[in-house]
Amino acid sequence: MKLLKCPMNGVRPLTEFVFGGEVRDMPDPNTCSDKEWAAYVHYRNGAPGMKKEWWYHGPSGTWFIAERNTMTDEVARTYLFGQEDKQ
Amino acid sequence: MSMRLPKQPGEWINRNKPVKFTYEGNTYLGFEGDIISSALWANNEQVLGRSFKYHRPRGVLSLANHDVNAMMTDGVDTNMRADVVEVRNGMQLTAVNTDGGVRKDKNSYIDKISKLLPVGFYYKAFHTPRSLFPFWENIIRKAAGLGVVNFHYPRILKRKLNTHCDLLVVGAGPSGLTAAIVAAHNGLEVTLVDENQQVGGSLTYDRAGSGEAATQLQELQTLLAKYPNITVISGAYAGGYYADHLIPIVGADGITKVRAKAVIVASGVFEQPPVFRYNDLPGVMLGSAAQRLIHRYSVKPFENGVVVTANSHGYRVALDLLQAGCKVAAIIDMRAAGEDSELAESVARKGVPVRKGCCVYEALSAPGNLGVRGVVVCAYNETTSEADAANVTTIECDGVAMSAGWAPAGALLYQAGTSMRYDEGVHQFVPARLPVGVFAAGKVNGVFDLEARMMDGARAVSDVLRHLGKQAPQIDVAPHSEASPSHPYPIVPHPAGKNFVDFDEDLQVKDFVNAAKEGFDNIELMKRFTTVGMGPSQGKHSNMNAIRILAKIRGLPVDRIGTTTARPFFHPTPIGHLGGRGFHPHRLTSIHGWHEAAGAVFVEGGAWLRPAYYDKPGVDKRDIVQDEAMAVRLSAGIIDAGTLGKIEVCGPDASQFLERFYTGSFASQKVGETRFALLLDESGVVVDDGVAARLEDEKFYVSTNTSNAAAVYREMQRWLQQWQLSVGLVNVTGSMGAMNLAGPNARDILAKLTPLDLSEKGFPSGHVRETKVAGVAARILRVGFVAELAYEIHVPAAEARHVWEAIIEAGKEDGLRPFGTDAQRLLRLEMGNHLVSHDTDGLTNPYEIGSDWAIKMGKPFFVGQRSLKIIARKPVTKRLVPFVLDEGYNGEMPQECNLVIDDANQIRGRATSVAFSRSVGRVIGFAYVDPDTATAGSVFRIRTDGGAMVNATVAKTPFIKTHKGN
Repeated sequence: MKLLKCPMNGVRPLTEFVFGGEVRDMPDPNTCSDKEWAAYVHYRNGAPGMKKEWWYHGPSGTWFIAERNTMTDEVARTYLFGQEDKQ
Repeated sequence: MSMRLPKQPGEWINRNKPVKFTYEGNTYLGFEGDIISSALWANNEQVLGRSFKYHRPRGVLSLANHDVNAMMTDGVDTNMRADVVEVRNGMQLTAVNTDGGVRKDKNSYIDKISKLLPVGFYYKAFHTPRSLFPFWENIIRKAAGLGVVNFHYPRILKRKLNTHCDLLVVGAGPSGLTAAIVAAHNGLEVTLVDENQQVGGSLTYDRAGSGEAATQLQELQTLLAKYPNITVISGAYAGGYYADHLIPIVGADGITKVRAKAVIVASGVFEQPPVFRYNDLPGVMLGSAAQRLIHRYSVKPFENGVVVTANSHGYRVALDLLQAGCKVAAIIDMRAAGEDSELAESVARKGVPVRKGCCVYEALSAPGNLGVRGVVVCAYNETTSEADAANVTTIECDGVAMSAGWAPAGALLYQAGTSMRYDEGVHQFVPARLPVGVFAAGKVNGVFDLEARMMDGARAVSDVLRHLGKQAPQIDVAPHSEASPSHPYPIVPHPAGKNFVDFDEDLQVKDFVNAAKEGFDNIELMKRFTTVGMGPSQGKHSNMNAIRILAKIRGLPVDRIGTTTARPFFHPTPIGHLGGRGFHPHRLTSIHGWHEAAGAVFVEGGAWLRPAYYDKPGVDKRDIVQDEAMAVRLSAGIIDAGTLGKIEVCGPDASQFLERFYTGSFASQKVGETRFALLLDESGVVVDDGVAARLEDEKFYVSTNTSNAAAVYREMQRWLQQWQLSVGLVNVTGSMGAMNLAGPNARDILAKLTPLDLSEKGFPSGHVRETKVAGVAARILRVGFVAELAYEIHVPAAEARHVWEAIIEAGKEDGLRPFGTDAQRLLRLEMGNHLVSHDTDGLTNPYEIGSDWAIKMGKPFFVGQRSLKIIARKPVTKRLVPFVLDEGYNGEMPQECNLVIDDANQIRGRATSVAFSRSVGRVIGFAYVDPDTATAGSVFRIRTDGGAMVNATVAKTPFIKTHKGN
């Protein structure tokens, strides 16, 4: 079973986590076109490689972001939203 | 006549503890520590089983857990492997896969007609005519499979353990032992695992007639015992490799899941049989198997044997045989160059004739194929891989030891993602690129010399230490420089066949040739067509030869052929080991005990158990549900609503947070008011609804649907983190109890227990009050979900039962009755309230369910708003409408999910809720229909399961009469 490092609680087994999908940057809803918005809502990039993903540590209720290589399943780093540069 | 030898140094049997058991009806004596095969072999019993397909007699092959023809049952366990299972006193064993006993198996005729049964024959022979297939299938199914499953197998719980260590060493041979000792010396916590009952690996049996190996093993064992930071698990195998170095160690009594920071795989090699006609007779065995018999169990493999070899190991085997008192009639060395070492001199000194550049062309069988009476030997051309069958000589013998090469026990390495390459120096697949934290040492790494193997173990530890961020010297182990320990093609063709490659599935050389001719000339395809490696031993003694044969057929180097995929488990692992306890946790509300006492029948709602209805003996369930609902309509009812999701949203930005999260307006909400809270996802689909009560300026109390509580709370947390608002979220789902008191008498009942002004003016619908009920601090919400007059009373969970019982007592004279979720569903339907995720699905937008009123598009932002702007410009394609069936309808009841069908027989929608309502006197429900048939009075048709078309009329909600301002 895989291990994942929660930025608040350290390394924990994967069963304690919930996957929250890829991190996507929301376009400005007031200025973006319908097409841009639909792409944001519905499109996902399935190509393997380095991805930013939402993960949730269930027991402590912590959302964080993991940078994971979906090809090799290696997690490069994890951090809280907005604290990317503090790592 | 006994084959038991006098006491051997380091033997595994305990001669003070004799063991009595029966096999095929005869009684035998063995010793404690004997495996079944060795105990029988000691008694000169060589027919240990029958092969899978041709029912040929088979004996010892490997004694390394791939003698899958020697499988037995004791009446309880099926398919016990005689080459690894220890014999116990009182065992009553029979061989599986025989009809009439192992010596007189009635199915042995199949061997005689084997020419008619080539690989894949049944794919081709029995597919037409189709009508006959069930007949053939019945016969084939009976013939396939080995032992008979015991349906009365006792339920034995196998323990699961979790342990952690710095380093897991798989395999306790010379390299694994050295690795463990060196790692422990460097302060690492080490776990050392080996599938054999005792540590030592090849040192326990491969001794070349000398005492050196035994001495060396003793030295290593002494060192091993010195280190308390080494945990040794023997008699258990590493079952597989899972992500981040999690390795299940499978033992007789259960599984130990080891999480390591690094893994050294020192799993060694499997000896591979050379292929020649009748290489499967009882008495023909691998050289290492003969050595195991001698040194571990003190059993003579045979009296007068021939060694067929293609490496130095065969000479070591010959010396072990001689030391055990066996005669070695000849060494047949397939290599033209023969052996040039001290071993060869030693063998020559002892007078053993050696035939270089020769092969065993075939073994000669004793009557009934029950043993060996000799071998036919002829010259072997290593370049063409042809035997010179014109000039043969016969050597009499009663056994053959085979040593032609090895294959890596690399399953764990493969599973971990190691890429392997074929090394021409050792003619073996060896690791080329290892995953991070995984290391290989010893023979599996292509290192064969004993000193070098121990050095390789130390080298691997150095690599581990550096991987763990410690200082360690770089150690280099010289590559193998002597003659290859494996022959590149130890396969002797024979026109009459029966030269077996895979003993599990009775596959001969010609089966591979035929498969390639049929076009299955890729290793994965060949595996599936021939079934090589698909038997119980999973190719441990057959895959390597299959790869060599395919490489030869295709004229490609072995490297280009590649290997098949190795998957867990490494050995067959009993289901009982994998099965966990029946652990299915439920959440119970604090009133659960009361419900049980009141005869509640429970239903699962998410993780919760909720009363579906309260049983009454002699009354039909349907009547009970209607009675419970009628109580709410005529007097009062109460339901445990403690399972609702309950979240407190606090802080200066609380209302702003709700404005962004939900579709409605909360900034303008006054303290003491409740508002409907509709939640969309980003695509504008309805995912939840609830009620938000403003308790204070900066404090909201929000409810969610029972099954969505965790998910809604999770999404709140995620958005909050992104919006960075000054808000605190507290999930009080478990700490707050709730109950819903509903019906015309609800006010009178509640008034007995609270000082609160319950008048319509003092506490109107759509409001919340904080007060006391039965002396307990309570939040009461006027929520008209199941009835027009209803109070949702929230109290701390610990007090909920007290409050519930007080209300029940207070309502005794007013006809108060508890009701369950079945009645609740009917009541909300009568009120015309749809249920999210029951009447909606993963594509439903709010316009389709008439929730336009709950959406405040004028807000700057809420989740799903932008998508709704797009959806709103498009025509609505379906609408959820309330409907009634005709009065007195008594045909087949439409079911939820039955389709709405139009005159052109096209699907136009579906029913989502259907129920008979005694209050309304009709069958009522919700259905999705075309927008043009959505107006009240329109008629549409629902097709029932039985195919009947039922007319339904669009109605208005609520279905029941209500009096605004009651």
